[in-house]
Amino acid sequence: MGRSIKKGPYIDVKLAAKVARLSETGGREPIRTWARASTIPPDFVGHTFLVHNGNKHIKVFVTEDMVGHKLGEFAPTRTFRGHTNKKEGMRTSR
Amino acid sequence: MPRVVGVDIPNDKRLDVAMTYIFGVGRTTASRVCVELEFDPGMKARDLTEEQITNLAHHLEKNYEVEGQLRRNVAASIGRLRDIGSYRGLRHRRGLPVRGQRTKTNARGRKGAKKTVAGKKSVKGMK
Repeated sequence: MGRSIKKGPYIDVKLAAKVARLSETGGREPIRTWARASTIPPDFVGHTFLVHNGNKHIKVFVTEDMVGHKLGEFAPTRTFRGHTNKKEGMRTSR
Repeated sequence: MPRVVGVDIPNDKRLDVAMTYIFGVGRTTASRVCVELEFDPGMKARDLTEEQITNLAHHLEKNYEVEGQLRRNVAASIGRLRDIGSYRGLRHRRGLPVRGQRTKTNARGRKGAKKTVAGKKSVKGMK
């Protein structure tokens, strides 16, 4: 189910404040954040974020197209390197 | 057989059903169009006059997104998801389900026909 329109998009308050401060000074250094659930508002465009994926922070440069998506969508949390082949699989499982 | 918006040639079915042969027109849109143009939804598509066909084509092109235009927009939306490197784009690239469905079993619509892996233990063998 989607979020109620009444509430508006969820934007991490502290993160938005930090972006606003950075925009004022014209700073463009990456912002480290754990706020994966935060929606990307238009004023995030052009900033770089280091979004936590549960292990490390993934560099995400926000472009105009990303507005409306959430930060977490750009920092995958799973690594899948493919299934083991038959012989190798036998060795590892036995 | 009448031709409406390009390649579509609905046959001699009821008009509201025949219209669903157009990509982007389902039963809902078809019935709505019938009301808007004051067509009898029960009439056969073959009984449409030339004038009615032109009207229908015009109406669909003007007020609804159908066929090529719709296909292009869908492809563009998917392309956008791919380009911005979002999770959904990633799933499209891999040809896996996009909306969080399980992939341990099922998901055959996205993954295609079953590819049997040699040496993989059967469900019985796992017990």
